[in-house]
Amino acid sequence: MKSLGSIRRSFEPWNDPDAKPYIRFDGVTKKFGDFVAVDDLTLHIYHREFFALLGGSGCGKSTLLRMLAGFESTSEGSITLDGENMAGIPPYRRPVNMMFQSYALFPHMSVEKNIAFGLKQDGMARSEIDDRVQSMLKLVKLEQFGKRKPHQLSGGQRQRVALARSIAKRPKVLLLDEPLGALDKKLREETQFELMDLQQDLGLTFVVVTHDQEEAMTMADRIAVMNYGRIIQIATPAEIYEAPNSRFVADFIGDVNIFDGTVVSADPTGTELDIGGGIALRSDNQTNVKAGGKASLVIRPEKIRVSREKPADTANAMSGEMWDIAYLGDMTVYHIKLESGQIVKASSLNAVRIVADPFTYDDRMWVSFDTDGGVILGEE
Amino acid sequence: MRRFASAVVSRLVIIVPYLWLFVFFLVPFGIVVKISLSAPAMSMPPYTPAFDLANGIGGLIDAVRQLSFDNYVWLTEDALYINAYVSSLTIAFISTLFTLLIGFPLAYGMARAPDSVRPTLLMLVILPFWTSFLIRVYAWIGILKPEGLLNQMLIWLGVIDTPLIILNTNTAVYIGIVYSYLPFMVLPIYSALEKMDYTLIEAAQDLGCPPITAFWKITFPLAIPGIIAGCLLVFIPAVGEFVIPDLLGGSKTLMIGKTLWSEFFNNRDWPVSSAVAVLLLLILVVPIMFFQQAQAKAQESGR
Repeated sequence: MKSLGSIRRSFEPWNDPDAKPYIRFDGVTKKFGDFVAVDDLTLHIYHREFFALLGGSGCGKSTLLRMLAGFESTSEGSITLDGENMAGIPPYRRPVNMMFQSYALFPHMSVEKNIAFGLKQDGMARSEIDDRVQSMLKLVKLEQFGKRKPHQLSGGQRQRVALARSIAKRPKVLLLDEPLGALDKKLREETQFELMDLQQDLGLTFVVVTHDQEEAMTMADRIAVMNYGRIIQIATPAEIYEAPNSRFVADFIGDVNIFDGTVVSADPTGTELDIGGGIALRSDNQTNVKAGGKASLVIRPEKIRVSREKPADTANAMSGEMWDIAYLGDMTVYHIKLESGQIVKASSLNAVRIVADPFTYDDRMWVSFDTDGGVILGEE
Repeated sequence: MRRFASAVVSRLVIIVPYLWLFVFFLVPFGIVVKISLSAPAMSMPPYTPAFDLANGIGGLIDAVRQLSFDNYVWLTEDALYINAYVSSLTIAFISTLFTLLIGFPLAYGMARAPDSVRPTLLMLVILPFWTSFLIRVYAWIGILKPEGLLNQMLIWLGVIDTPLIILNTNTAVYIGIVYSYLPFMVLPIYSALEKMDYTLIEAAQDLGCPPITAFWKITFPLAIPGIIAGCLLVFIPAVGEFVIPDLLGGSKTLMIGKTLWSEFFNNRDWPVSSAVAVLLLLILVVPIMFFQQAQAKAQESGR
């Protein structure tokens, strides 16, 4: 069975026509004065989904999250959660909880009191609160830290307290605003997996806002890539990476090589692109481009092979010289300057420790890739 | 050698404030304490004994032997002083309460105001300091007197027929103190509230707190250090206030500042007025010291 990316999914309610969306944004617009933060946006998120809103700063992702939490009202359109229209419902009556980017832990309360805060508001019995707080502390592995104040904890511990506090009330949806932004790289990677496991175990719906594509790729079932208050693409991480629908998405997620050219031929078997200098590139990918029109071939660095000799059986091959080499340990990134002057990024896994004849600067090189390696994007 | 020199310089830098406090605070205080232990005399200076070395060390020791606590005993025997202390503390307490009630909303409003107008608001709070304190208190006479601005306006509005008697009553003293000390309440509370991260309120609301509950559970506790600082800054000088009760208060307004003044200038009894001052200091400083110690302990246990 063929699949996009190295992943097979069992959970994909978005492809099930009978599945009902849990959270619906329908034609939602948010304006701050003249500035349109969110522009006529429609988005459906399903129960138990780990959904990521990904985009640069000012793309409207945080505004979207804050509208769901109830901190901002919608200018137009409606937000529905589990069949209930959220219009006019204040944040303190919504069945959602938020983990804030700054964690927003109450500095004058101990860790336990922070976690118990929301439960007390609900008028839960004291013994029940204590049990819940203890189980939350256990969940985030902070049993010994219950009596401490937030300022006595490390950044990672604070993040856990914030998480425990936001899930203590068992919300229908947990909103996470840049949840790992303040952690260092190593801790961030660990925490990503912990968050995924937690989401699985608790069976909650998570909506996370992030500007970090790696974070979104690792954790989310689906990603919405946003720009200027609109969604550019909603898809699984693999689809976003392997089949971006636009230059913006291709460029935003990971590294990419873009070859601009004129379409020579386009038919169901594939597309041929003339990129100038007598070079024609072929791709199996079919997009609605027409012969004679402008289009681009977009291809990821790891899909490109680098060799000294021209490979015999490849549809797409170009020659150039080795321009830069970046050795990253697990892989090496080559920058090869083509005759046209364009620099092509190619990466290869360092599967062996000892290389007999390594490439070096100024070597004459060939870059090549298969016809199924890239995607064709028409003019936007 | 250079290191030695820099060590000396850094010591000197530390010494400067201590020296300042010693010369301008501790030494005068010592003199006041000494005078409070002396007896009044018709001489210059108007108390006895005077310390001088004219009669040698023996004379000095003799002078120290003459010191006594008579003045303090006298203060406890005459109800006038006790009443003045109690009345001063009461007036200061009530004024502080009103200053807090007016100052907190002001500070809160300032802290929540948009960034662009905040400096202006802060300036407006500080603005009265540009006019002399005395002149500002005098101005209140013009406002509060029976034919003053306030009464004229109330009569013009038809709220009252006959002028209210406010001037030369305790009410006028309260108004004067609250007005004069308001900035001292507003500024520390403002600085406490301004530091507060507004997302804390959002977090509280997110966890199910309506805005009013969020205020009492989050905003108010976090403002407490500012509230305490503001209350101390108002209460302490208000207890010893002299100008406001003298100008706005009536003959019935009893405050320790006025008592001190009349002992010093009318009776020319320096020793008793010194005793009044020392006792006032003790009344204020001792509870504050205990309070601060308790607070430090509470903070310690919070760790």
